[in-house]
Amino acid sequence: MDWLLDLTPDEWSTIRLSVKVATWAMLASLPLGIGVGLLLARGNFWGKSLLNGIVHLPLVMPPVVTGYLLLLGFGKRGPIGAFLAENFGIVFSFRWTGAALACAVMGFPLMVRAIRLSIEAVDRRLEFAAGTLGASAPWVFVTITLPLILPGVIAGMILSFAKAMGEFGATITFVSNIPGETQTLPSAIYTLTQVPGGDAGALRLTLISIAIAMAALLASEVLARRAAKQAGSA
Amino acid sequence: MTLSVDIRHRLGSFRLDARFETDGRLVALFGPSGSGKTSLVNLIAGLLVPDEGRIAVDGRVLADTGAGTFVPMHRRRVGYVFQDARLFPHLTVAQNLRYGRWFAPRDERRTDMAGVVEMLGIGSLLERRPGSLSGGERQRVAIGRALLASPLLMLMDEPLAALDEARKSEIMPYLERLRDETKIPIVYVSHSVAEVARLASDIVVLDEGRVTAAGPTTEILRRLDLLPEEERGEGGAVLDMQVARQEGEFDMTVLTSAAGELRVAGSGLPEGAGVRVRIRARDVLIATERPRGLSALNVLPATVSAIRPQGAFADVTLACGEAQIEARVTRQSCEVLGLAAGQPVFAVIKAVSFDRANTWSGVAAGRAPEKVSGEG
Repeated sequence: MDWLLDLTPDEWSTIRLSVKVATWAMLASLPLGIGVGLLLARGNFWGKSLLNGIVHLPLVMPPVVTGYLLLLGFGKRGPIGAFLAENFGIVFSFRWTGAALACAVMGFPLMVRAIRLSIEAVDRRLEFAAGTLGASAPWVFVTITLPLILPGVIAGMILSFAKAMGEFGATITFVSNIPGETQTLPSAIYTLTQVPGGDAGALRLTLISIAIAMAALLASEVLARRAAKQAGSA
Repeated sequence: MTLSVDIRHRLGSFRLDARFETDGRLVALFGPSGSGKTSLVNLIAGLLVPDEGRIAVDGRVLADTGAGTFVPMHRRRVGYVFQDARLFPHLTVAQNLRYGRWFAPRDERRTDMAGVVEMLGIGSLLERRPGSLSGGERQRVAIGRALLASPLLMLMDEPLAALDEARKSEIMPYLERLRDETKIPIVYVSHSVAEVARLASDIVVLDEGRVTAAGPTTEILRRLDLLPEEERGEGGAVLDMQVARQEGEFDMTVLTSAAGELRVAGSGLPEGAGVRVRIRARDVLIATERPRGLSALNVLPATVSAIRPQGAFADVTLACGEAQIEARVTRQSCEVLGLAAGQPVFAVIKAVSFDRANTWSGVAAGRAPEKVSGEG
């Protein structure tokens, strides 16, 4: 078993990077995910189908295409990338932040879908009841809606995290495969399979990524069950 | 409190066109399903924005399309008790109760938790979650939650409709306490004559989105033609009476009223207590001469003052002492007896017609409610 647990410093840094990228991708897309979920579940506006389509695009497009579009938009010379770099000093290209962005975009449809479904399941009459009791719309959201959709939000977060842990095509296209900076677990596994004698390392990382995915899934089960109990439906 | 409503509103093909003003303690919005009662309450609560019109409580304008005023629901200070309770499932009973209180302005929290919990008898439920409560318990918690928001007006949308008879009679006394012990005016939606007669001080009758009548309960319930077809027999005279004495031997109670003395089965009420009695029109017999060999104990001399044929029935108004009693008989009986306005007759009422639902201690007398018993 030693060969399995005895990880090289490079492998450790890959794991740490992957978890960091996936965590940031999940957390950074959460507020937007809830916002878009609300819009799609409750909104009644022109272009709603278009928004829905755009959100789901990364799910149906080849990841390489998504990565290439990110490169065009958020790369050093891309309009958005250049603007962010000049005004806020945020650089995406060939940085781990870019990997997080790619992962966030790829996981976004999954997150929005889970949140949207849970918002649609909320009994709006409870929100009206809160309104008559003196709660303004933001308070209603914080005290009633949010606790009730918490299981869905957690599910969405885990889906986004899991997607980020496995994201390969868009990430490698957008920010390449730089060890210690943008080389996440899938890229590292891919690299190892390309070099002679890399099989053992590839298998180790594969098992580790399975373990992380399973742990995330189990954690989400526990959290969602607790949240559902809190919400009174269990 | 004066509630004035003058509103026109469209919901799909349904049109609400309601205008009334009332200053009752507990105003019942009464009418069959689909008559617009709930829409009207939702307009008062601010859940709906009226197409046109004005709603004001004690001169405080809640909505006025002419002036472009619309107070959003969370600023209306209106306590709304929904038919389906709508307790927050993720909060405990205690947290539900505190919810509205938290949003009420600090210096206007006029209701205290302990008092409300005691009044509604929900002390043992505080740590529980709404999912584990019975329908009746849920409704009591919902009433408490609305009360603790210190509302300026309470709205109750058929709070008993989803409950069975046993649960209804469990909640009824709490509603009476609410009416008599708090100073908060109540608008109460119902389609049940029994509920309205027992609780309401005033009634607004709605039919197909229009107000067909409005006035004190005693006056409205006498007019059987205002009631929905299937409830007409339930209507009748509502009289405020006083307990004259108890007769221990047969456990009977003698009541005095403007209509004369009435004997009912023992009520257990002290002498001098005020009770409000509904004499259902279908429980009143008419005799042209004083009946003999009859078990009914209440035989009151009366004069026919009006006869209104209604299909196979005839609604007969009897002047009885200084009061008026309604009787619903068949048109055939009218014909056989040869009833005519001005004719002296006798109104016969069985003492057992007064049951719990019919006799209750009254609002009008302003006394704390006490249960009146005496089935059979």
